[in-house]
Amino acid sequence: MAERSFKAEVEHLRKGDGEVFTGEGILAITKALLENGVGYVGGYQGAPISHLMDVLADAEDLLTELGVRFEANASEAAAAAMLAASVHYPIRGAVTFKGPVGVNVASDALANLCSSGVNGGALIIVGEDYGEGSSIMQERSHGFAMKSQFWLLDPRPNLPCITKAVKDGFELSEASNTPVMLMMRIRSCHVTGSFKTRDNVSPALTVKEAIANPQSDFKRVVLPPASYTHELEKIEHRWPAAEAFIVENDLNEIFGSKDAKVGIVVQGGMYNGVIRALQRLGLADVFGETDIAIYCLNVTYPLVRSEFDDFCAGKDHILVVEEGQPEHIEQALGNFLYKGGHKIKLLGKGVLPMAGEYTGQVMLDGITDFLKEAAPDLLPGQVRAPNQEAPAIPDLSQTVPGRPPGFCTGCPERPIFAGLKLVEQELGKSQISADIGCHLFGSLPPFEIGGATMGYGLGPAANGAFDGGGERRAISILGDGGFWHNGLSSSIGNMVFNKSDNVVVIVDNYYSAATGGQDILSSRAQNKTKATNNPISDALKGVGVEWIRQIDNTYDVGHVRDTVREALTTDFKGPKVIVASSECMLNKQRREKPIRKAAIKDGKRVEVPRFGVDADVCTGDHACIRLSGCPSLSLKKLDDPLRDDPIAHIDQTCVGCGNCGEVADAAVLCPSFYRADVVHNPAGFESWRAGLRNRTIRWLQKRRDAKRLRFEDAPA
Amino acid sequence: MNLALDPKPVDPAVGRILKIAIIAVGGQGGGVLTNWIESLARAQGYTCQATSVAGVAQRTGATIYYVEMMPASDKTPVFSLAPAEGDVDVVIAAEMMEVGRAVMRGFVTPDRTVLIGSTHRALAVSEKTAPGDGIANSEEVRAAAEIAAQTLILADMDRLAVEQGSVISSSLFGALAGSGVLPFARDAFEDAIRRSGKGVDASLRAFNAGFEAATAGVAPAVAHETVSTERKLVGPVTLMRGWDDLATRVAALAHPVQPIASAGLKKVVDFQDVEYGTLYLDRLSEFQTQDGPERDWELTRTAAKYIANAMVYDDIIRVADLKTRSSRLLRIHEEMDASADKVLELTEFFHPRAEEVVSLFPAKMGARWEASPARMALLNRIFSKGRRLRTHTLRVFLMLHVLGGLKRYRLRTRRHAVEVQHMADWLSACRDACTEDYALAVELFKNRRLIKGYSDTHARGLTKFTKVMSAAELLKGRDDAATWVQRLREAALQDPDGDALDGAIETVKSFL
Repeated sequence: MAERSFKAEVEHLRKGDGEVFTGEGILAITKALLENGVGYVGGYQGAPISHLMDVLADAEDLLTELGVRFEANASEAAAAAMLAASVHYPIRGAVTFKGPVGVNVASDALANLCSSGVNGGALIIVGEDYGEGSSIMQERSHGFAMKSQFWLLDPRPNLPCITKAVKDGFELSEASNTPVMLMMRIRSCHVTGSFKTRDNVSPALTVKEAIANPQSDFKRVVLPPASYTHELEKIEHRWPAAEAFIVENDLNEIFGSKDAKVGIVVQGGMYNGVIRALQRLGLADVFGETDIAIYCLNVTYPLVRSEFDDFCAGKDHILVVEEGQPEHIEQALGNFLYKGGHKIKLLGKGVLPMAGEYTGQVMLDGITDFLKEAAPDLLPGQVRAPNQEAPAIPDLSQTVPGRPPGFCTGCPERPIFAGLKLVEQELGKSQISADIGCHLFGSLPPFEIGGATMGYGLGPAANGAFDGGGERRAISILGDGGFWHNGLSSSIGNMVFNKSDNVVVIVDNYYSAATGGQDILSSRAQNKTKATNNPISDALKGVGVEWIRQIDNTYDVGHVRDTVREALTTDFKGPKVIVASSECMLNKQRREKPIRKAAIKDGKRVEVPRFGVDADVCTGDHACIRLSGCPSLSLKKLDDPLRDDPIAHIDQTCVGCGNCGEVADAAVLCPSFYRADVVHNPAGFESWRAGLRNRTIRWLQKRRDAKRLRFEDAPA
Repeated sequence: MNLALDPKPVDPAVGRILKIAIIAVGGQGGGVLTNWIESLARAQGYTCQATSVAGVAQRTGATIYYVEMMPASDKTPVFSLAPAEGDVDVVIAAEMMEVGRAVMRGFVTPDRTVLIGSTHRALAVSEKTAPGDGIANSEEVRAAAEIAAQTLILADMDRLAVEQGSVISSSLFGALAGSGVLPFARDAFEDAIRRSGKGVDASLRAFNAGFEAATAGVAPAVAHETVSTERKLVGPVTLMRGWDDLATRVAALAHPVQPIASAGLKKVVDFQDVEYGTLYLDRLSEFQTQDGPERDWELTRTAAKYIANAMVYDDIIRVADLKTRSSRLLRIHEEMDASADKVLELTEFFHPRAEEVVSLFPAKMGARWEASPARMALLNRIFSKGRRLRTHTLRVFLMLHVLGGLKRYRLRTRRHAVEVQHMADWLSACRDACTEDYALAVELFKNRRLIKGYSDTHARGLTKFTKVMSAAELLKGRDDAATWVQRLREAALQDPDGDALDGAIETVKSFL
């Protein structure tokens, strides 16, 4: 079960003609898919489009009613490959994944798909993970569209435009026999708003009907000589058809005054940012009405030369607002202008930065600089000659600490890294390669266990150069998500094949956790539409791994440490794989907390564990924190004039996972920690025994206190 | 570059767009707060847009939610998807350093921004891992916020919510209502909470607490999570007489020394007995005679603090005693909310090694065993493993109770002998410095701060202490000796392995 449930929201997907939908962008896209008669959907989760997969999964009943097939694909490549159904059959298909990393993975299938061309509309919804909040390398998906010749939509970030782009995308795809990528930026995936809905439409041909009448055409297979024909088709037929469709249906938009001397060409997704900057300069009103001409590219590839030429007519300066690098659009537009012999001045990167997100301030500065050159008389007086001194606000950059993401409270991966850290302290540092997933946080302080990360499921593959062995074995880390995505074959299988002597730690938390807790093959949950409970260790045996250690309780830090040590020091030759399994605490708490509350209410016996620190015993050395980093294990300053340093403290958010006690024990730290199990609704005998114990203990304590001087109380 | 723009743009309607940024730590419920604000605005006839950045940032990292709204009309306004520097009307920061981050990022400006912040701290990992005190200074953030914000509302919103059985999003929503910055009545805010339908009663109570905090204005600065209770010493009448004598001696000390000497004395007597307290005061008096009011008795005050800490070393007897006290059980019952109808079970995590076992041996025998690797290995085989002690059971409690009662025997243990020798060496170094370099002597006392923790951590602390003390020996006679010792100590507290200290010592050696 995914981290967020959309069961309530899914009901809105049933809305019909003339009703109004209010909600998140991602949900609106789902609704638009259904309104446009999509026949099959799929994808692979990852921010910022994880929720789209979750919505689809939660909407499976509705999808089935409409005759739409939902497939949770194994990877982005698998998702893109699934669009093959639209090559021969006139069925609309849509898949989703994140970009550009998902597009990287999918590129093999995408390139083949683009060569074959499509008959039914094929839509790829990409969540472009760029700028603030991104967890990946900063690149663009744009280049993939250029190299494989598929079309790229980048709609203005509001719900009516986003849902229209879904419709336009399918139609453009069918009109030009080319897959279309709909690019959604992080914030536009989560933007809220409203749009008018239409009735959902069942696909004209369902996949079930299609399979009853199989089709094939060797002209669509990517083999010579067809592949040469495909390239010509792209240039001679599909591209012109796309341009014609874009122009005839006004997919790109023109705003502002036609007579303006200055114009701005902007990616649809950046339109709101441009308008906000103009609003702040007093050059646009609240609804975006402006005297500056704007050419809004809702289709950022291909660029339509005739449309651009028309826009440029009568202008002397043009600004291209294009986020990210390289500046593909600006280069292409500059090429148009140069070949057309225009005198118009083109600005873009230069007044705007080449790299980085175009935030409000960046946009304001860039557009101001552009106007200073192109039309200084348009600018408000104080911009041309600032006369206000901004008040000096103290610099806090040395005060405010960074707050990178980390393991959640009670995370089962924390003790795995504590164990790895202990072995590192004992045997020395190993060559480590990491993978994609929550476990990558292990490479940050306090653990700093990690190295390069080369892609999903590629952790062990990234240690391939060291498979020949050496002084010390290399360790790679792989999550259960990465294992099933690509790791089993690319990483583990090939370690066996190449007789690697290295060590792999597979972090199995029962879900694709970092992307929002989706089920995968080895998930322990019962899922009515998926086959779960396929153990990773069985798959390992299947590909020929002989040395497998299954750890069923990762919180046993001593066991983790001993197992890792054994893997690093054993005489066994061949890959050594440790599967460390415990459930993602976020998901576990979400499931168990309500059940526990209800049980306590019903008078059932329930034990609730939580950890604590004895303030008097803790010396404030923070060694425990250096092996934890748990949000609930924090510090507290005592009002004791004899103490210099804050002491460890565990707050109420502790879920009693056990890591603190295990680490204190395994690392031989200190006796400050204790676990308190509060038994709710204890049994009769239990209460009686506790009473007896307490009375005896109390008697012993009184007896001693009568013979000594002591503090009246201890600090809380 | 920050442009100084006129806060009132040409189109007056642009000024009517209300811009609210919520800056939170992942897991704090920023999404819930955003949903409430949206629901409120739409119910009140506003057009509203919210955005957020999900993804891994939500795993305990800093995240931003952003809302824009204005009265609805036939046309659709163009809203921005992210807050911009100098262009935010309301900033809600759900933690004190996030208040600082909001100021740092330029979202809080004196011409327009209402800043609602929670003063509580969720410490960042970098603050927690330093062996010393790495906690960021909230007062600097407060001072900057006072300058940056047009209106500032600061309170411990987390506590206000938790006290009402709710979470911080509710109290912050209350504070937003109380700030009066949104043109909606209080009922409308509360209706938004009711519509969400989850934990409504607790949320409304926390909402009320936040509302009142906002209307009360800025709460006065309070030190970070301090427990302000002077500890008292209690015991049987006969023993209290001995204590009274000691208290009289403290009263005879120089006035500025008295509070810290009193605290130190209590700690020492609580650790052992009245005689041990007498020894403490004897040691202290020696340094008072070499001190005077010229420097406000700094040497004696410092000595009072660190001699007490050194005399109260952390042996097994002390830990066993602390773990079996009635005050401790009472405190845990309170903290864990274990009322009378519930049963509390306790598990302690002990991992005794040969070193700890030998430290309990009689001094001479302990020294002999310590010198023999074979015997130590034997002890490790027998004792060294993690022991989960269930202290609510009688058998385990009794064992610890007996251990905790070995105070008389303590003075004959190997550990005590080691501590006495260490103390003698340290005091002698301080004494030597005293006559020539007062400031250096003060610093040498302070070096005791480096020794803390148990087992390996304790051993590393001792090593650092020894390194700094040896360097001090080299620095002796220089004008800047005290300054350098202070620097070395600060370096030693920066990282656990003492890399920064080693670097600093290299620097010292380079100029000696």
